[in-house]
Amino acid sequence: MGHTITERILARAAGREAVSAGEIVEAKVDLAMGNDITAPLAIAEFEQAGFDKVFDPARVALVPDHFTPNKDIKTAGQVKKMREFARKHGIADFFEIGRVGIEHVILPDLGMVAPGDVVVGADSHTCTYGAVAAFATGVGSTDFAAAMAWGRVWLRVPETLEFVYHGRPGKYVVGKDLMLHTIGLIGVDGALYKAMEFTGEAIEALSMDGRFTMCNMAIEAGGKSGIVGFDETTTQFLQSRPDGSRARVVGQVFASDPDAAFAQVIEIDASAVRPTVAKPHLPSNTVPADELADVRIDQVVVGSCTNGRLADLRQAAEILKGRTVHPDVRLIVLPGSQEVFLAASRDGTMQALVEAGAAFSTPTCGACLGGHMGVLAAGERAVATTNRNFVGRMGHPESEVYLSNPYVAAASAIAGHVATPDMVAAGKGGAR
Amino acid sequence: MTFEGAVHKYGRDVDTDVIIPARYLNTNDPAELAQHCMEDIDPEFVSRVRPGDIIVAGENFGCGSSREHAPVAIKASGVSCVVAASFARIFYRNAFNTGLPIVVCPQAAHEVKAGDRVRVDVVEGKVEDLTTGKSYAADAYPPFMRELVESGGLLPYVRRRLATGDGA
Repeated sequence: MGHTITERILARAAGREAVSAGEIVEAKVDLAMGNDITAPLAIAEFEQAGFDKVFDPARVALVPDHFTPNKDIKTAGQVKKMREFARKHGIADFFEIGRVGIEHVILPDLGMVAPGDVVVGADSHTCTYGAVAAFATGVGSTDFAAAMAWGRVWLRVPETLEFVYHGRPGKYVVGKDLMLHTIGLIGVDGALYKAMEFTGEAIEALSMDGRFTMCNMAIEAGGKSGIVGFDETTTQFLQSRPDGSRARVVGQVFASDPDAAFAQVIEIDASAVRPTVAKPHLPSNTVPADELADVRIDQVVVGSCTNGRLADLRQAAEILKGRTVHPDVRLIVLPGSQEVFLAASRDGTMQALVEAGAAFSTPTCGACLGGHMGVLAAGERAVATTNRNFVGRMGHPESEVYLSNPYVAAASAIAGHVATPDMVAAGKGGAR
Repeated sequence: MTFEGAVHKYGRDVDTDVIIPARYLNTNDPAELAQHCMEDIDPEFVSRVRPGDIIVAGENFGCGSSREHAPVAIKASGVSCVVAASFARIFYRNAFNTGLPIVVCPQAAHEVKAGDRVRVDVVEGKVEDLTTGKSYAADAYPPFMRELVESGGLLPYVRRRLATGDGA
């Protein structure tokens, strides 16, 4: 029986010929990452345990992106701890304000993740980097502290679920919809402890942005990782990374064997997936967006590690250009990085959004987790291109979040209720 | 390792946002985090919980964020142990790493009632409901996890490995 790409990557990292699902291995870490919520705790544990140096300063990234620009005094103190730790240990990849963006947008964009890498990040959405054919998984602060000291991580080699997407998705159906549909199908623990491998015609045709979105949300199905095999789209993305970055050096590329032992193969007709929304309070609570026209909203958020890339902002701008945000709705746009911000300011995306009535922010995770930059009051409702709609996720425990793609978010901002671009075009929006 | 206490009962998919909401994550002080433990799912929890009490919940306990503040808050609130039908994977790791004892026991998770007194033997893998007299077999820790626990947690384990020249 052959091996999956995940088994192949972990075997290389463990210095083994082959490993199989269920084994516990100690894998070498190519990149360890933490943010302003998880890193301060990791630093405290690192120092308390008596470690005096990190295994390789070039393989540690510290990204203060959640509550930055510092939302309060406590946050400023936490970020200061990260800054001081980075200076002390010579960690160049501490991302200061003006350079920082959302971790899962900037690390792959800067070419810090290469195919075949093992990445552990003290953030659950670290699984995003599977889009470049790497094994990447979220861990807690202690695991991050251990990885910084040791350069290794213990992992149980996961079984792999293969998701085969047949056909081509229709208009306004993007990676977000395929993933929400999938989570709706298998549930929030449908991939618990497992790797999710995405294949099929729709994935081959999917942009890198869409692949990042899908791998990003593997955790919302309980997955350990999400992964898309290396192909021409991956190659093109990697070749346009900065000179001298890891991603520009073509290392060993792995693929699943034709006879790989998948725990299960799930076939999905991508052409039948419609623009999809996850209702409160679970990402698996999915319905087609056009069935929710009676759901009035107070706020729309476009951004996050899930949908904060340039393509996402462009999709929102495509719908909002020449139109106006509903008077009862606040539209907040959080670009994923300084580069996304700059590109959106150059190509007319930002102008279209701001002219429509959007508040355009500096990059931050901010509103997604109810941190700052768009916290909801009791009884308020948001449509968001983010990844979680748990109770209290974006603010008050009696607020609600509906997850969608950027097209639906933009259409909803115009309509004042959950809406699709087709509904807005047909003049069905705004009649509330 | 045996724990005995009164049960606080929850359903499935208890996520880390309700265990400790993000609005309190600008600190990693255990005592401060404990003041807001379970706030968005059970606002009375903090005033009701007694040292040694046990949380019993359904499938996928601790799903969502990687925040280690979740097991830290639970432990600092006085809870001795969590029994669930299953745990989300990052929470599972974090619980071991922060020294919060957890036990996978689907049958107990479904049958034990709020307020029951239970005794949990973590090492033997046994949950006893002292109120009903019923006893349940739980999953025993895998050998590697047992080694981690015996080492005193992940960081002491890593320190030992590095001290023996078994580094990166």
